[in-house]
Amino acid sequence: MEEGKVISQSLQESAAAYSIIHEKFGSAISALDANETMPFFEVIDTSQWTEIALFMRDHPKLKFNYMACLTGVDYPAEEKLGIICNFESLALFNHKLAVKVKCARDGGSIPSVACVWHTANWHEREAYDMFGMLFTGHPELKRILCPDDWVGYPLRKDYKVQDQYHGIKVPY
Amino acid sequence: MQELDTAGLGSVRVTRQSDTVVILEKDLATEQMVLAMGPQHPSTHGVLKLECLTDGEVITQAEPYLGYLHRCFEKCCENVDYPAVVPYTDRLDYLAGMNSEFAYAITVEKLLDIEIPRRVEFIRVIVAELNRIASHLVAIGTYGIDLGAFTPFLFCFRDREIILGLLEWASGARMLYNYIWVGGLAYDVPADFLKRVKEFVDYFRPKTVELCELLTKNEIFVKRTLGIGIMPADVAINYGWSGPMLRGSGVKWDLRRNDPYSIYPELDFKVPVPDGKDSVIGDCLSRHLVRAWEMDESLKIIEQCIDKMPSAEGFNSRSAIPKRIRPKAGEVYGRAENPRGELGFYIESDGKSTKPLRCKARSSCFVNLSAMKDLSMGQLIPDLVAIIGSIDIVLGEVDR
Amino acid sequence: MGLLDAGITKHNMLVTSVDNVLNWARLSSLWPMGFGLACCAIEMMATNASNYDLERFGIFPRSSPRQSDLMIVAGTVTMKMAERVVRLYEQMPEPRYVLSMGSCSNCGGPYWEHGYHVLKGVDRIIPVDVYVPGCPPRPESLIGGLMKIQELIRMEQIGISRADALKKLAEKSVDPRIIIERERTVVGA
Repeated sequence: MEEGKVISQSLQESAAAYSIIHEKFGSAISALDANETMPFFEVIDTSQWTEIALFMRDHPKLKFNYMACLTGVDYPAEEKLGIICNFESLALFNHKLAVKVKCARDGGSIPSVACVWHTANWHEREAYDMFGMLFTGHPELKRILCPDDWVGYPLRKDYKVQDQYHGIKVPY
Repeated sequence: MQELDTAGLGSVRVTRQSDTVVILEKDLATEQMVLAMGPQHPSTHGVLKLECLTDGEVITQAEPYLGYLHRCFEKCCENVDYPAVVPYTDRLDYLAGMNSEFAYAITVEKLLDIEIPRRVEFIRVIVAELNRIASHLVAIGTYGIDLGAFTPFLFCFRDREIILGLLEWASGARMLYNYIWVGGLAYDVPADFLKRVKEFVDYFRPKTVELCELLTKNEIFVKRTLGIGIMPADVAINYGWSGPMLRGSGVKWDLRRNDPYSIYPELDFKVPVPDGKDSVIGDCLSRHLVRAWEMDESLKIIEQCIDKMPSAEGFNSRSAIPKRIRPKAGEVYGRAENPRGELGFYIESDGKSTKPLRCKARSSCFVNLSAMKDLSMGQLIPDLVAIIGSIDIVLGEVDR
Repeated sequence: MGLLDAGITKHNMLVTSVDNVLNWARLSSLWPMGFGLACCAIEMMATNASNYDLERFGIFPRSSPRQSDLMIVAGTVTMKMAERVVRLYEQMPEPRYVLSMGSCSNCGGPYWEHGYHVLKGVDRIIPVDVYVPGCPPRPESLIGGLMKIQELIRMEQIGISRADALKKLAEKSVDPRIIIERERTVVGA
């Protein structure tokens, strides 16, 4: 963190919450990116993601009981796909944290956290639908918004729309 | 009715003769039936499809199928400039366009870190709260239709037209406004707008009582909603519920209070939660009551805003709008309290382009609807309609 | 000319053609299918509700396609929905009419370029009789579109095809561009 910069109250609390997670998991997670708009850390050892999630939800000083959002992102430069989850502790604490998990672009997989937060269930299906990463351990991983027989993953940066769908012309 | 011991008889067909129950047939063959509801169904509030597995009248499983209105919001956002996203946000939750624009505007402003003139903030809150009332009126009116009461629908739409008229006067459109821009407003409100809003507040206050008499004191309505679709608070939080749904389960959580934005900290309003006297906490009736109470609170907010409104002298609604929006590289998750719950935007900027690298809308209806499977388990088919109505989904926001 | 315009004499007798009677009956009880897709559906609901009151034209939404003569495609048709729209259309009894309401169902609307999952115009899958522009169209424009459907029914005769009726309607109606131009010059002057 730069010196002389005023750190807001909520950022301090988020940093404190991060240090509890860091204490437990050490090098499995990256350092905290303490920006003002969205403090986040990245899970480096993705196989531990479900455990980290459970720890974040159940630790008495963390209690991240509310998953606000789960976003899938495409990083074509790094040849990776990723998810970003925004957590907070609803009605208990003031800290907020975002977590990034990344996987390989082709056939990569991320452990599912649908068993930890119900919110993740549909959001992970949506991320799969739009980006094509797999979620291991998800109860029913299938497309949610696009039809089941849709070709390609629409929100990837290199997506090319199909010409025909069931005999109907798709592009304008 | 007299209790009947049907143990060991399998499924039975019974009839009632004076006061005794007579078994007509026993060991009936039963089978589970798949009942598809939607996508064209009057009470799915749009193009939602529910595939229900039913055993007689009882639903053993209801699986929602979405995507019939998937309009590629996120792909469109990645291909247009930041200000051009605003009209698309209107079309997310088309019943509450102002609120969606508001959420998007504050998110981008958070990323840009710009200061907004105070009058802009006040106008934004007024139009957003007016739109919240309009949206709740549709929710309540159509909920009445779902449960067989047609009159409240007509009453609600009569009053909603007045709000639409006011918003049209300010923005030029009836439903999809493109009024709240990043950094400001499209126009200042017209002269006398505030006076007319005040008149509306005075007109509408008795009408909320009238609506109450029509629905919440209506025995049929209460019978069909009381104790139906109960959601405990902790499960609701785990499901990520927000807005009136979460408050219906008794959690006092309102982003206008708990994660305040704009000028909401300066305003005095209550966050209504059911107390368990009129309804069972977490049932359909609680969720309906929360919406009805929220309209009163919105009226209060509008009144305070009119009183505190800074003068229009030397005011330019577009003074803080950046010429070219090109935020520094970074990510932001911003959100606002919509009539249906938390509408959040995750925006990622690469620092070079005038288009967002990624713009994801966290839709409240999408998350609220995901609990449908749990809520409908073991309910009767007519209660399913009551549950869907109480979730108050807008398919534009569910499918995006 | 409509049937009522012909005037009824005091002997309560009326001489008219079968076409006129049938057309009059059909256009005065035009039942659309209550079928909402997106934003436009809300405007359609508002048109049905208290302020605009479509029932005064005998237009009353029915829940089933089998009971309706008119389909108002109110909103964005997506690829997933397209086949359902076709099936609903096929379930409607003849003669049936289709009104495409709003830019999305006319041509894809704001999603025409990047909306990979949006059908760019409902006329790619079903024949459309009247297009109502707007995003969403105001209730007044929807009513205008419904009036147009009524005019189309008035043009119909036993033995002539829909295409001919549409041609007759086009011949009878005034080109709006002339009126717009005239208004513009008046305002400009």
